Amino acid sequence: MSGSRSARIGAAGLLLLLLWLIVYPLVLVLIEGLREPAGWTLDYVRLFFQRPSEWQALWGSLFISLASVVLAAAIGLPLAFLLSRYELFGGRILGGLVALPAVLPPLVGVMAFLFLAGETGFVSLLVQRALNLENPPWQFQGPWAILLVHAYSMYVYFYLFGRAGLASLDLSQYEAAASLGAGRWRTLRRVVLPQLYPSLAGAAILTFMSSLASFSAPYIFGGGYRVMTTQIVATRLNGENELAMVETISLTILALLALWLLRGTHAPDNPAGGRKGVAPARIPLRHPLTRRLLTGFAWVFAGVLLLPHLTLLLVSFVPLGTWTTEPLPPAYTVENYLALVRDPVRVRPLLNSLWLATVATALAVSLALLGGMLSARRRLRGGLIEGLMALPWAVPGTVFAIALAAAFSVHAPFAGRFILVGTVWILPLAYLVRNLPITSRAIFAGFRALDPSLEEASASLGAGRARTLRRVILPLLRPALVAGASLAFVTAFGDFVTSIMLYTYDTRPISLEILSSLRQSDVGVAAAYGVVLMLVSATVFALGAERGSGG
Amino acid sequence: MSFLRLEDLVKRFDGTVAVDRLSLSLDRGEMLALLGPSGSGKTTTLRLLAGFEVPDGGRVLVDGEDVTRLEPVARRFGMVFQHYALFPHLDAGDNVAFGLESLGVRGEELGERVARALALVDLAGFERRRISQLSGGQQQRVALARALAPEPRVLLLDEPLSNLDPTLRERTRREIRDVIRRVGITTILVTHEQDEAFDLGDRVAVLRQGRLEQTGTPDELYVTPANPFVASFVGRSSSLRVEVIGPSERGTRVRVGLAEWDLERTTSQPPLPPGPALMLVRPEALRLTAPGAGAVIATIRERRFVGPSALYTVVLEGGGAAIEIVAPQLAVRIGEQVGVMPSRRAGGGIHLFPDHLP
Repeated sequence: MSGSRSARIGAAGLLLLLLWLIVYPLVLVLIEGLREPAGWTLDYVRLFFQRPSEWQALWGSLFISLASVVLAAAIGLPLAFLLSRYELFGGRILGGLVALPAVLPPLVGVMAFLFLAGETGFVSLLVQRALNLENPPWQFQGPWAILLVHAYSMYVYFYLFGRAGLASLDLSQYEAAASLGAGRWRTLRRVVLPQLYPSLAGAAILTFMSSLASFSAPYIFGGGYRVMTTQIVATRLNGENELAMVETISLTILALLALWLLRGTHAPDNPAGGRKGVAPARIPLRHPLTRRLLTGFAWVFAGVLLLPHLTLLLVSFVPLGTWTTEPLPPAYTVENYLALVRDPVRVRPLLNSLWLATVATALAVSLALLGGMLSARRRLRGGLIEGLMALPWAVPGTVFAIALAAAFSVHAPFAGRFILVGTVWILPLAYLVRNLPITSRAIFAGFRALDPSLEEASASLGAGRARTLRRVILPLLRPALVAGASLAFVTAFGDFVTSIMLYTYDTRPISLEILSSLRQSDVGVAAAYGVVLMLVSATVFALGAERGSGG
Repeated sequence: MSFLRLEDLVKRFDGTVAVDRLSLSLDRGEMLALLGPSGSGKTTTLRLLAGFEVPDGGRVLVDGEDVTRLEPVARRFGMVFQHYALFPHLDAGDNVAFGLESLGVRGEELGERVARALALVDLAGFERRRISQLSGGQQQRVALARALAPEPRVLLLDEPLSNLDPTLRERTRREIRDVIRRVGITTILVTHEQDEAFDLGDRVAVLRQGRLEQTGTPDELYVTPANPFVASFVGRSSSLRVEVIGPSERGTRVRVGLAEWDLERTTSQPPLPPGPALMLVRPEALRLTAPGAGAVIATIRERRFVGPSALYTVVLEGGGAAIEIVAPQLAVRIGEQVGVMPSRRAGGGIHLFPDHLP
């Protein structure tokens, strides 16, 4: 049964599609970086190595990524310990609040920081007034600005993974350590941390890869600081296409190298759930002062974490050009939101992002489902299909944008290349490629959790393939499908990094409209878009959490 | 004519033979237990019958119809899976209805037949229960009801009791047996527990490494095992090397250690020629005596309480075999020397086989 003819043809077809969509464009990047009309050449590679700015960008990417991991861990881990080990006032609410940076898509988070700490930002103005300075107290620019944004948005990985890891530790482990005479520190060092290691490694990989691929923060706050993602875009704008290809290759190599170094450490499939045994009860803090101090600290910290969200909300109600130097806006309006609905020019990006993300998500879910059925179930080219679908995760979004742009700006049907750049089809395709790792990961995990004998039971009860799929597989996979689809939709809906290179005016998504509104100092509308993105993310996450826990 | 026939079934996985030229036949309404250690091919055999695997050779015939290549969907074999494989998103009633719906049963008739199937397994009124609300034993019975509801031609049970805790097992075993007897369906059951096989099977087929070692009623397997494997796998026994001296009036004369025993011929196999042989003894076929004439000297190594008698482990003189003997509780201590003799009614408890094992 595992090798039925149609299944084999399906697997081969899917494999070809994935190779064409994911591997082929990357190969073309490699070729374009090593070729000139006359033949093969290493000139561009040489050029790359000769320019100090390239080295700076490479080093910048590496430094930002490593430092982001350290900072994110430094914030996220203590928070995970604090909130899962100690009984604090309002601990459950705090636990939720602390994860809120996750609902800000990258560009929206960056915009919020701009309103908050940029030259004319909220906090900057307050400090300037308080100290009676003539100029803003700082320029929110350069590596430290990037790192601050990264630390803010990525400590959530360490926090969530750390909490999941701590929750999976059985109470009896603490009791066993105590009965063997280990004190609190020794228990932490010898029992807890070693078992947290897989979760932490998973969080570290996620943070590193996200930082390496990060585009919005360096693009807006980089100033003169070079990282590879922005460098690629700049080089391309300069018309040095081949050099951009070499840069793309270097960034890909860096990403793959990092993954290779951290190989064998796997992020848990479901960082938010799946605990075994009895989770340890929270420790009540006996000393009232300690309790108050820690509770106070946690609440203040949570408040600080919410500042970007609140600022965004505030700015979205500010009429155009009214808020200049006052600490709080002098006037409020809902015009910005009305503009999103009434003004056809403003409505368009919303509708664009909606249909682009919907199409890309639907396609990604269908492909992942097909892949899951063929490979997770029937063991047909399983490793290869799963590996290919996960590959775009290992490669920064900028790289894929470049690769797709390179592959689909040429008309050569026999080489599998069509002109899609400049059409409405390139963005759904790009989003699809970026969504595949997310959806396939969730759906493959769902298939693995599905007992194969359920399908056999269905068959032995006389149900054909279609009925088994409809009545048994799909209902049971629903949580995985919902999780994969919602995450993919949110990512595509707020995408900036691939869109900026592949969009056309007719398909401009929300992120690009935000950018152009910011350029025109139309901050209210930009913030309103940001709030919409934030709310969509929050709704989807909340739905996902509910479905996930509801089974 | 037999109702279900397996003819020379062969199944290979990556070069290893999981099922090796297996032939079996069952009469209509008969219940056969496939018994064997793990890896003996019994589950593969069941999956070949259900159609989840396609054999590399041989045929499966039901009522004269060749179903070897028939898809599981079309086979109309009911199966109870080891972990039940109940659909967790459907309630008990919808699980039972699933197979009936495949047959196109709808409306009132569907409800009636679901109710009947659930009543059969003593779960009347459980239609709207969620699977997670049922105990292990109840889940097991829902699985049985689900398999039986579409009135399959053959019922297959894969280790049906392995998921239940021991106290529940015996009761569930009786319930399963009663339900199957009442329905009168031809059944094949896979198990590695001989109690289960003996209790449920009209006949038991012992498998090893994909091959059929022996088929027979439980009594036949115990009293006349075809080979050392069946003798040691079915029931408790110890094995020791002996030497056949030759035929005697009662049966066979053998040398065990320094003693000579005159054994009744019990097994149906032909008498062994003089020379080394393998002897398998049931614990109840030997007795402990004072060390003396005709007895093998042995040392008590262990004594376990098993009710009115005790299970002794003794080591025979001259090193080597440790054997188990059931005997009344005696005042013997660990380390004490005793004599070992065949019981007067050793009957079916001692088996001699040619010693061709390494």
